[in-house]
Amino acid sequence: MSAFLAVIARDLRLARRQGTDVAMTLAFFVVVVAMFPLGLGPTPELLARIAPAVLWVTSLLAAMLSFDRLFQQDSEDGGLDQLALSGLPLSLLALAKACAHWLTTGLPMLVLAPMLGISLNLAPQSYGVLVATLALGTPVVSLFGVVGAALVVGARRAGVLVALIVLPLLIPILIFAVSAIDAASAGLSVRVHLLFLGAILAAAIPLAPLAAGAALRQALD
Amino acid sequence: MTVAAPPLFPDPARLTVTDIAVARGGRPVFADLSCAVEPGGALRLAGPNGGGKSTVLRVIAGLLRPLTGFVAWDGATIADDPAAHAQRVAYLGHADALKSALTARENAETALAIAGRAPTGQSASERGRPGENAALDRAFALLDLERLADLPAAWLSAGQRRRVALARVIASGCPLWLLDEPTVGLDTASVAALERAIADHRQAGGMVIAATHIALDLGPGDESLDPGAFPWRHAESAVDEALV
Repeated sequence: MSAFLAVIARDLRLARRQGTDVAMTLAFFVVVVAMFPLGLGPTPELLARIAPAVLWVTSLLAAMLSFDRLFQQDSEDGGLDQLALSGLPLSLLALAKACAHWLTTGLPMLVLAPMLGISLNLAPQSYGVLVATLALGTPVVSLFGVVGAALVVGARRAGVLVALIVLPLLIPILIFAVSAIDAASAGLSVRVHLLFLGAILAAAIPLAPLAAGAALRQALD
Repeated sequence: MTVAAPPLFPDPARLTVTDIAVARGGRPVFADLSCAVEPGGALRLAGPNGGGKSTVLRVIAGLLRPLTGFVAWDGATIADDPAAHAQRVAYLGHADALKSALTARENAETALAIAGRAPTGQSASERGRPGENAALDRAFALLDLERLADLPAAWLSAGQRRRVALARVIASGCPLWLLDEPTVGLDTASVAALERAIADHRQAGGMVIAATHIALDLGPGDESLDPGAFPWRHAESAVDEALV
Protein backbone atom coordinates (compact mmCIF):
# COMPACT_ATOMS: atom_id res chain seq x y z
CA MET A 1 0.00 0.00 0.00
CA SER A 2 2.79 2.42 0.84
CA ALA A 3 4.47 1.75 -2.52
CA PHE A 4 1.10 2.39 -4.23
CA LEU A 5 0.79 5.77 -2.52
CA ALA A 6 4.47 6.53 -3.14
CA VAL A 7 3.98 6.05 -6.89
CA ILE A 8 0.99 8.42 -6.84
CA ALA A 9 2.94 10.94 -4.74
CA ARG A 10 5.87 10.73 -7.15
CA ASP A 11 3.70 11.35 -10.21
CA LEU A 12 1.88 14.23 -8.53
CA ARG A 13 5.20 15.79 -7.55
CA LEU A 14 6.52 15.42 -11.09
CA ALA A 15 3.32 16.92 -12.49
CA ARG A 16 3.69 19.88 -10.14
CA ARG A 17 7.34 20.43 -11.08
CA GLN A 18 6.64 20.05 -14.79
CA GLY A 19 3.49 22.12 -14.52
CA THR A 20 3.44 23.04 -18.18
CA ASP A 21 2.53 19.46 -19.15
CA VAL A 22 -0.70 19.60 -17.19
CA ALA A 23 -1.36 23.22 -18.07
CA MET A 24 -1.05 22.52 -21.81
CA THR A 25 -3.65 19.75 -21.66
CA LEU A 26 -6.10 21.99 -19.81
CA ALA A 27 -5.34 24.99 -22.03
CA PHE A 28 -6.08 22.86 -25.09
CA PHE A 29 -9.43 21.93 -23.53
CA VAL A 30 -10.32 25.57 -22.85
CA VAL A 31 -9.11 26.97 -26.18
CA VAL A 32 -10.85 24.38 -28.37
CA VAL A 33 -14.18 24.72 -26.53
CA ALA A 34 -13.89 28.51 -26.75
CA MET A 35 -13.55 28.29 -30.54
CA PHE A 36 -17.03 26.85 -31.06
CA PRO A 37 -19.03 29.96 -30.08
CA LEU A 38 -16.68 32.02 -32.26
CA GLY A 39 -17.00 29.69 -35.22
CA LEU A 40 -20.75 29.17 -35.08
CA GLY A 41 -21.68 32.82 -34.68
CA PRO A 42 -24.63 34.21 -32.70
CA THR A 43 -26.83 31.11 -32.60
CA PRO A 44 -27.48 30.37 -28.91
CA GLU A 45 -29.97 27.57 -29.63
CA LEU A 46 -27.51 25.69 -31.84
CA LEU A 47 -24.75 26.14 -29.23
CA ALA A 48 -26.98 24.82 -26.48
CA ARG A 49 -27.84 21.83 -28.67
CA ILE A 50 -24.23 20.85 -29.35
CA ALA A 51 -22.77 21.91 -25.98
CA PRO A 52 -22.72 18.42 -24.35
CA ALA A 53 -21.02 16.81 -27.33
CA VAL A 54 -18.50 19.65 -27.69
CA LEU A 55 -17.52 19.51 -24.03
CA TRP A 56 -17.16 15.74 -24.00
CA VAL A 57 -15.37 15.32 -27.34
CA THR A 58 -12.96 18.11 -26.47
CA SER A 59 -12.24 16.66 -23.05
CA LEU A 60 -11.46 13.30 -24.69
CA LEU A 61 -9.15 14.91 -27.24
CA ALA A 62 -7.40 16.94 -24.54
CA ALA A 63 -6.89 13.78 -22.49
CA MET A 64 -5.20 12.14 -25.50
CA LEU A 65 -2.47 14.79 -25.26
CA SER A 66 -1.64 13.67 -21.73
CA PHE A 67 -1.18 9.92 -22.17
CA ASP A 68 2.32 9.99 -23.57
CA ARG A 69 3.67 11.22 -20.24
CA LEU A 70 2.26 8.16 -18.42
CA PHE A 71 4.98 5.64 -19.27
CA GLN A 72 7.03 7.12 -22.11
CA GLN A 73 9.43 9.11 -19.99
CA ASP A 74 9.78 6.31 -17.44
CA SER A 75 10.53 3.84 -20.18
CA GLU A 76 13.22 6.07 -21.68
CA ASP A 77 15.06 6.98 -18.48
CA GLY A 78 14.99 3.54 -16.86
CA GLY A 79 12.39 4.56 -14.28
CA LEU A 80 10.02 1.83 -15.44
CA ASP A 81 12.51 -0.85 -14.32
CA GLN A 82 12.68 0.75 -10.89
CA LEU A 83 8.89 0.93 -10.68
CA ALA A 84 8.67 -2.73 -11.66
CA LEU A 85 11.12 -3.53 -8.86
CA SER A 86 9.06 -1.67 -6.26
CA GLY A 87 7.44 -4.96 -5.29
CA LEU A 88 4.10 -3.62 -6.46
CA PRO A 89 2.31 -5.92 -8.95
CA LEU A 90 2.34 -4.32 -12.39
CA SER A 91 -1.46 -4.09 -12.41
CA LEU A 92 -1.44 -2.07 -9.18
CA LEU A 93 1.34 0.06 -10.61
CA ALA A 94 -0.95 0.78 -13.57
CA LEU A 95 -3.81 1.62 -11.20
CA ALA A 96 -1.57 4.04 -9.29
CA LYS A 97 -0.58 5.67 -12.57
CA ALA A 98 -4.25 5.99 -13.52
CA CYS A 99 -5.08 7.60 -10.17
CA ALA A 100 -2.30 10.16 -10.55
CA HIS A 101 -3.35 10.82 -14.14
CA TRP A 102 -6.97 11.39 -13.12
CA LEU A 103 -5.95 13.75 -10.31
CA THR A 104 -3.89 15.87 -12.71
CA THR A 105 -6.15 15.71 -15.78
CA GLY A 106 -9.69 14.47 -15.07
CA LEU A 107 -10.23 16.40 -11.85
CA PRO A 108 -9.22 19.82 -13.26
CA MET A 109 -11.49 19.19 -16.26
CA LEU A 110 -14.33 18.49 -13.85
CA VAL A 111 -13.81 21.98 -12.43
CA LEU A 112 -13.33 23.71 -15.77
CA ALA A 113 -16.20 22.13 -17.69
CA PRO A 114 -19.11 23.98 -15.96
CA MET A 115 -17.38 27.31 -16.62
CA LEU A 116 -16.93 26.41 -20.27
CA GLY A 117 -20.59 25.32 -20.33
CA ILE A 118 -21.57 28.93 -19.79
CA SER A 119 -19.79 29.97 -22.98
CA LEU A 120 -21.71 27.24 -24.83
CA ASN A 121 -25.11 28.33 -23.47
CA LEU A 122 -25.62 24.99 -21.74
CA ALA A 123 -29.13 24.61 -20.32
CA PRO A 124 -29.13 25.70 -16.65
CA GLN A 125 -30.58 22.40 -15.39
CA SER A 126 -27.77 20.42 -17.07
CA TYR A 127 -24.76 21.61 -15.07
CA GLY A 128 -25.13 19.10 -12.28
CA VAL A 129 -25.49 16.23 -14.74
CA LEU A 130 -22.50 17.49 -16.75
CA VAL A 131 -20.34 17.30 -13.64
CA ALA A 132 -21.80 13.89 -12.76
CA THR A 133 -21.00 12.44 -16.19
CA LEU A 134 -17.46 13.82 -16.00
CA ALA A 135 -17.03 12.43 -12.49
CA LEU A 136 -18.02 8.97 -13.71
CA GLY A 137 -16.47 9.20 -17.17
CA THR A 138 -13.04 10.80 -16.73
CA PRO A 139 -11.74 8.01 -14.42
CA VAL A 140 -12.59 5.56 -17.23
CA VAL A 141 -10.67 7.78 -19.65
CA SER A 142 -7.63 7.64 -17.36
CA LEU A 143 -7.92 3.86 -16.90
CA PHE A 144 -8.23 3.15 -20.63
CA GLY A 145 -5.45 5.65 -21.30
CA VAL A 146 -3.13 3.69 -19.02
CA VAL A 147 -3.93 0.52 -21.00
CA GLY A 148 -3.18 2.29 -24.27
CA ALA A 149 -0.02 3.92 -22.94
CA ALA A 150 1.22 0.58 -21.58
CA LEU A 151 0.62 -1.05 -24.96
CA VAL A 152 2.68 1.49 -26.87
CA VAL A 153 5.67 1.76 -24.49
CA GLY A 154 8.72 2.09 -26.70
CA ALA A 155 6.76 2.57 -29.93
CA ARG A 156 7.43 5.39 -32.38
CA ARG A 157 4.83 8.20 -32.56
CA ALA A 158 3.35 6.72 -29.41
CA GLY A 159 1.08 9.69 -28.71
CA VAL A 160 -0.88 9.31 -31.94
CA LEU A 161 -1.00 5.55 -31.57
CA VAL A 162 -2.51 5.80 -28.07
CA ALA A 163 -5.25 8.07 -29.38
CA LEU A 164 -6.08 5.63 -32.16
CA ILE A 165 -6.28 2.75 -29.68
CA VAL A 166 -8.13 4.49 -26.86
CA LEU A 167 -10.62 6.81 -28.59
CA PRO A 168 -12.74 4.00 -30.14
CA LEU A 169 -12.88 2.29 -26.73
CA LEU A 170 -14.32 5.46 -25.22
CA ILE A 171 -17.29 5.70 -27.61
CA PRO A 172 -19.72 4.15 -25.08
CA ILE A 173 -18.67 6.71 -22.48
CA LEU A 174 -19.27 9.50 -24.99
CA ILE A 175 -22.71 8.19 -25.97
CA PHE A 176 -24.03 7.71 -22.44
CA ALA A 177 -22.53 10.93 -21.13
CA VAL A 178 -23.92 13.11 -23.92
CA SER A 179 -27.33 11.46 -23.82
CA ALA A 180 -27.46 11.99 -20.05
CA ILE A 181 -26.82 15.71 -20.46
CA ASP A 182 -29.31 15.92 -23.34
CA ALA A 183 -31.91 14.16 -21.22
CA ALA A 184 -31.33 16.65 -18.41
CA SER A 185 -31.73 19.57 -20.83
CA ALA A 186 -35.02 18.09 -22.04
CA GLY A 187 -36.20 17.53 -18.48
CA LEU A 188 -36.14 13.72 -18.75
CA SER A 189 -34.74 11.17 -16.31
CA VAL A 190 -30.96 10.77 -16.43
CA ARG A 191 -30.82 7.77 -14.13
CA VAL A 192 -30.32 5.05 -16.77
CA HIS A 193 -27.50 6.90 -18.53
CA LEU A 194 -25.64 7.57 -15.31
CA LEU A 195 -26.09 3.96 -14.22
CA PHE A 196 -24.52 2.78 -17.46
CA LEU A 197 -21.59 5.15 -16.93
CA GLY A 198 -21.20 3.87 -13.40
CA ALA A 199 -21.31 0.27 -14.63
CA ILE A 200 -18.54 0.94 -17.15
CA LEU A 201 -16.45 2.55 -14.42
CA ALA A 202 -17.08 -0.35 -12.05
CA ALA A 203 -15.92 -2.80 -14.70
CA ALA A 204 -12.92 -0.70 -15.76
CA ILE A 205 -11.46 -0.28 -12.25
CA PRO A 206 -10.49 -3.96 -11.90
CA LEU A 207 -10.13 -4.91 -15.58
CA ALA A 208 -8.14 -2.03 -17.09
CA PRO A 209 -5.24 -2.33 -14.59
CA LEU A 210 -5.03 -6.07 -15.30
CA ALA A 211 -4.78 -5.41 -19.04
CA ALA A 212 -2.25 -2.63 -18.51
CA GLY A 213 -0.20 -4.84 -16.20
CA ALA A 214 -0.01 -7.55 -18.87
CA ALA A 215 1.06 -4.96 -21.44
CA LEU A 216 3.75 -3.63 -19.10
CA ARG A 217 5.07 -7.16 -18.59
CA GLN A 218 5.53 -7.37 -22.35
CA ALA A 219 7.21 -3.98 -22.41
CA LEU A 220 9.78 -5.04 -19.80
CA ASP A 221 10.81 -8.18 -21.68
CA MET B 1 33.48 2.97 7.50
CA THR B 2 35.42 -0.23 8.23
CA VAL B 3 34.18 -0.55 11.79
CA ALA B 4 33.17 -4.18 12.31
CA ALA B 5 29.47 -3.65 11.85
CA PRO B 6 26.99 -6.33 12.86
CA PRO B 7 25.73 -8.28 9.86
CA LEU B 8 23.12 -6.17 8.11
CA PHE B 9 21.31 -9.15 6.73
CA PRO B 10 20.35 -11.50 9.53
CA ASP B 11 19.35 -14.53 7.47
CA PRO B 12 21.98 -15.06 4.83
CA ALA B 13 20.67 -16.73 1.74
CA ARG B 14 22.26 -18.12 -1.37
CA LEU B 15 21.37 -16.96 -4.86
CA THR B 16 21.39 -19.70 -7.46
CA VAL B 17 20.81 -19.46 -11.18
CA THR B 18 20.04 -22.83 -12.76
CA ASP B 19 20.18 -23.61 -16.46
CA ILE B 20 18.56 -20.43 -17.68
CA ALA B 21 18.06 -19.78 -21.37
CA VAL B 22 16.98 -16.39 -22.67
CA ALA B 23 15.90 -15.07 -26.04
CA ARG B 24 15.26 -11.40 -26.70
CA GLY B 25 13.15 -10.34 -29.62
CA GLY B 26 13.00 -13.97 -30.77
CA ARG B 27 16.80 -14.22 -30.97
CA PRO B 28 18.70 -16.53 -28.63
CA VAL B 29 21.13 -14.87 -26.22
CA PHE B 30 22.44 -17.77 -24.13
CA ALA B 31 21.35 -21.16 -22.83
CA ASP B 32 22.15 -23.47 -19.92
CA LEU B 33 23.73 -20.70 -17.89
CA SER B 34 24.18 -21.56 -14.22
CA CYS B 35 25.92 -19.74 -11.41
CA ALA B 36 25.64 -19.17 -7.68
CA VAL B 37 26.51 -16.37 -5.29
CA GLU B 38 27.07 -16.98 -1.58
CA PRO B 39 26.28 -14.43 1.16
CA GLY B 40 29.06 -11.87 1.07
CA GLY B 41 30.05 -13.02 -2.40
CA ALA B 42 30.61 -11.14 -5.61
CA LEU B 43 30.20 -12.10 -9.23
CA ARG B 44 31.67 -10.20 -12.15
CA LEU B 45 29.91 -10.53 -15.50
CA ALA B 46 32.48 -10.07 -18.22
CA GLY B 47 32.61 -10.58 -21.97
CA PRO B 48 32.18 -8.59 -25.15
CA ASN B 49 29.39 -6.13 -25.94
CA GLY B 50 26.15 -7.89 -26.73
CA GLY B 51 27.27 -10.98 -24.86
CA GLY B 52 24.25 -11.00 -22.57
CA LYS B 53 25.65 -9.40 -19.40
CA SER B 54 22.74 -6.99 -18.99
CA THR B 55 20.32 -9.77 -19.82
CA VAL B 56 21.68 -11.93 -16.98
CA LEU B 57 21.24 -9.02 -14.57
CA ARG B 58 17.66 -8.41 -15.73
CA VAL B 59 16.83 -12.09 -15.29
CA ILE B 60 18.28 -12.13 -11.77
CA ALA B 61 16.40 -8.92 -10.96
CA GLY B 62 13.17 -10.63 -12.03
CA LEU B 63 12.53 -8.09 -14.80
CA LEU B 64 13.00 -10.68 -17.53
CA ARG B 65 11.65 -14.20 -17.43
CA PRO B 66 13.93 -16.94 -18.71
CA LEU B 67 12.55 -19.35 -21.30
CA THR B 68 13.85 -22.30 -19.31
CA GLY B 69 15.54 -22.69 -15.96
CA PHE B 70 15.01 -20.57 -12.87
CA VAL B 71 16.60 -18.19 -10.42
CA ALA B 72 16.28 -19.12 -6.75
CA TRP B 73 16.87 -17.27 -3.50
CA ASP B 74 17.58 -19.59 -0.61
CA GLY B 75 16.12 -22.45 -2.64
CA ALA B 76 12.82 -20.70 -3.44
CA THR B 77 12.20 -19.72 -7.06
CA ILE B 78 11.91 -15.94 -7.36
CA ALA B 79 9.01 -16.19 -9.82
CA ASP B 80 6.91 -17.65 -6.99
CA ASP B 81 7.08 -14.43 -4.99
CA PRO B 82 8.19 -11.51 -7.17
CA ALA B 83 7.25 -8.93 -4.52
CA ALA B 84 9.55 -10.51 -1.92
CA HIS B 85 12.37 -10.71 -4.46
CA ALA B 86 11.93 -7.07 -5.42
CA GLN B 87 12.55 -6.15 -1.77
CA ARG B 88 15.96 -7.86 -1.91
CA VAL B 89 17.19 -6.33 -5.13
CA ALA B 90 18.79 -2.96 -5.76
CA TYR B 91 19.16 -2.67 -9.52
CA LEU B 92 21.26 -0.12 -11.36
CA GLY B 93 20.51 -0.29 -15.07
CA HIS B 94 22.12 1.36 -18.09
CA ALA B 95 19.92 4.37 -17.52
CA ASP B 96 20.12 6.25 -14.24
CA ALA B 97 16.33 6.53 -13.76
CA LEU B 98 16.63 10.14 -12.60
CA LYS B 99 13.88 12.68 -13.16
CA SER B 100 15.28 15.95 -14.49
CA ALA B 101 12.68 18.01 -12.67
CA LEU B 102 13.58 16.68 -9.21
CA THR B 103 16.74 17.45 -7.26
CA ALA B 104 19.41 14.79 -6.73
CA ARG B 105 18.24 14.24 -3.17
CA GLU B 106 14.54 14.10 -4.13
CA ASN B 107 15.31 11.59 -6.86
CA ALA B 108 17.01 9.24 -4.42
CA GLU B 109 14.33 9.71 -1.75
CA THR B 110 11.46 9.18 -4.16
CA ALA B 111 13.03 6.00 -5.51
CA LEU B 112 13.61 4.67 -2.00
CA ALA B 113 10.05 5.53 -0.95
CA ILE B 114 8.62 3.63 -3.93
CA ALA B 115 10.86 0.68 -3.12
CA GLY B 116 9.46 0.77 0.43
CA ARG B 117 12.78 1.96 1.88
CA ALA B 118 11.83 5.34 3.26
CA PRO B 119 12.03 5.81 7.04
CA THR B 120 8.61 5.44 8.58
CA GLY B 121 6.60 8.36 9.85
CA GLN B 122 7.74 10.64 7.09
CA SER B 123 5.27 12.97 5.46
CA ALA B 124 5.71 14.44 2.01
CA SER B 125 6.44 17.91 3.35
CA GLU B 126 9.27 16.63 5.58
CA ARG B 127 11.19 15.00 2.78
CA GLY B 128 14.17 16.82 1.41
CA ARG B 129 15.29 17.91 4.85
CA PRO B 130 18.77 16.57 5.54
CA GLY B 131 19.12 14.08 8.35
CA GLU B 132 15.82 12.35 7.63
CA ASN B 133 17.38 9.29 6.04
CA ALA B 134 20.68 8.37 7.64
CA ALA B 135 21.57 5.68 5.09
CA LEU B 136 21.07 8.15 2.26
CA ASP B 137 23.11 10.79 4.08
CA ARG B 138 26.00 8.32 4.36
CA ALA B 139 25.73 7.30 0.70
CA PHE B 140 25.70 10.95 -0.41
CA ALA B 141 28.73 11.68 1.78
CA LEU B 142 30.58 8.63 0.47
CA LEU B 143 30.05 9.63 -3.16
CA ASP B 144 30.75 13.33 -2.47
CA LEU B 145 27.25 14.36 -3.53
CA GLU B 146 26.38 16.66 -0.63
CA ARG B 147 27.14 19.81 -2.61
CA LEU B 148 24.91 18.61 -5.44
CA ALA B 149 21.99 17.36 -3.32
CA ASP B 150 19.74 20.34 -3.97
CA LEU B 151 20.48 20.78 -7.66
CA PRO B 152 17.92 19.59 -10.22
CA ALA B 153 19.09 16.38 -11.88
CA ALA B 154 18.85 18.18 -15.23
CA TRP B 155 21.89 20.27 -14.23
CA LEU B 156 24.10 17.32 -13.33
CA SER B 157 26.75 15.83 -15.59
CA ALA B 158 26.58 12.20 -16.71
CA GLY B 159 29.05 11.10 -14.04
CA GLN B 160 27.21 13.04 -11.33
CA ARG B 161 23.92 11.46 -12.37
CA ARG B 162 25.55 8.04 -12.16
CA ARG B 163 26.71 8.83 -8.64
CA VAL B 164 23.18 9.76 -7.58
CA ALA B 165 21.90 6.48 -9.01
CA LEU B 166 24.64 4.60 -7.13
CA ALA B 167 23.73 6.43 -3.91
CA ARG B 168 20.21 5.06 -4.30
CA VAL B 169 21.58 1.52 -4.54
CA ILE B 170 23.97 1.97 -1.61
CA ALA B 171 21.27 3.47 0.61
CA SER B 172 18.67 0.86 -0.33
CA GLY B 173 19.71 -1.64 2.32
CA CYS B 174 18.96 -4.45 -0.11
CA PRO B 175 21.16 -7.56 0.24
CA LEU B 176 21.61 -8.05 -3.51
CA TRP B 177 23.15 -5.32 -5.66
CA LEU B 178 22.85 -5.72 -9.42
CA LEU B 179 25.08 -3.19 -11.14
CA ASP B 180 25.09 -2.78 -14.91
CA GLU B 181 28.29 -0.97 -15.92
CA PRO B 182 28.31 1.00 -12.65
CA THR B 183 31.50 2.91 -13.50
CA VAL B 184 30.31 4.56 -16.71
CA GLY B 185 31.18 8.24 -16.46
CA LEU B 186 32.69 7.99 -12.97
CA ASP B 187 35.97 9.69 -12.05
CA THR B 188 38.69 7.75 -10.23
CA ALA B 189 37.72 9.09 -6.80
CA SER B 190 34.14 7.90 -7.31
CA VAL B 191 35.29 4.49 -8.51
CA ALA B 192 37.37 4.16 -5.32
CA ALA B 193 34.33 5.19 -3.25
CA LEU B 194 32.21 2.61 -5.04
CA GLU B 195 34.83 -0.07 -4.33
CA ARG B 196 34.75 0.90 -0.64
CA ALA B 197 30.95 0.68 -0.63
CA ILE B 198 31.07 -2.75 -2.27
CA ALA B 199 33.64 -3.97 0.28
CA ASP B 200 31.46 -2.75 3.19
CA HIS B 201 28.38 -4.29 1.65
CA ARG B 202 30.07 -7.65 1.25
CA GLN B 203 31.47 -7.52 4.74
CA ALA B 204 27.93 -7.08 6.03
CA GLY B 205 26.87 -10.21 4.19
CA GLY B 206 25.51 -8.58 1.05
CA MET B 207 26.05 -9.78 -2.49
CA VAL B 208 27.18 -7.89 -5.55
CA ILE B 209 26.76 -8.89 -9.17
CA ALA B 210 28.33 -6.39 -11.54
CA ALA B 211 28.63 -6.28 -15.31
CA THR B 212 31.75 -4.28 -16.03
CA HIS B 213 34.55 -3.91 -18.54
CA ILE B 214 37.05 -2.04 -16.44
CA ALA B 215 39.08 -3.46 -13.59
CA LEU B 216 36.57 -2.56 -10.89
CA ASP B 217 37.79 -4.19 -7.69
CA LEU B 218 34.91 -6.19 -6.25
CA GLY B 219 37.07 -7.39 -3.38
CA PRO B 220 38.63 -10.73 -2.54
CA GLY B 221 37.14 -13.97 -3.77
CA ASP B 222 35.08 -12.53 -6.62
CA GLU B 223 34.14 -14.90 -9.38
CA SER B 224 33.86 -14.16 -13.05
CA LEU B 225 31.30 -15.29 -15.58
CA ASP B 226 31.04 -14.70 -19.32
CA PRO B 227 27.49 -15.30 -20.63
CA GLY B 228 29.04 -15.66 -24.09
CA ALA B 229 30.50 -18.97 -22.92
CA PHE B 230 27.01 -20.46 -22.87
CA PRO B 231 26.03 -20.45 -26.53
CA TRP B 232 22.68 -21.58 -27.74
CA ARG B 233 22.75 -24.97 -29.39
CA HIS B 234 19.81 -25.81 -31.55
CA ALA B 235 20.05 -29.47 -30.66
CA GLU B 236 18.43 -28.58 -27.34
CA SER B 237 14.88 -29.32 -28.27
CA ALA B 238 13.43 -28.08 -24.96
CA VAL B 239 14.88 -24.63 -25.49
CA ASP B 240 13.88 -24.49 -29.13
CA GLU B 241 10.33 -25.43 -28.24
CA ALA B 242 10.22 -22.71 -25.62
CA LEU B 243 11.43 -20.19 -28.18
CA VAL B 244 8.73 -21.15 -30.65
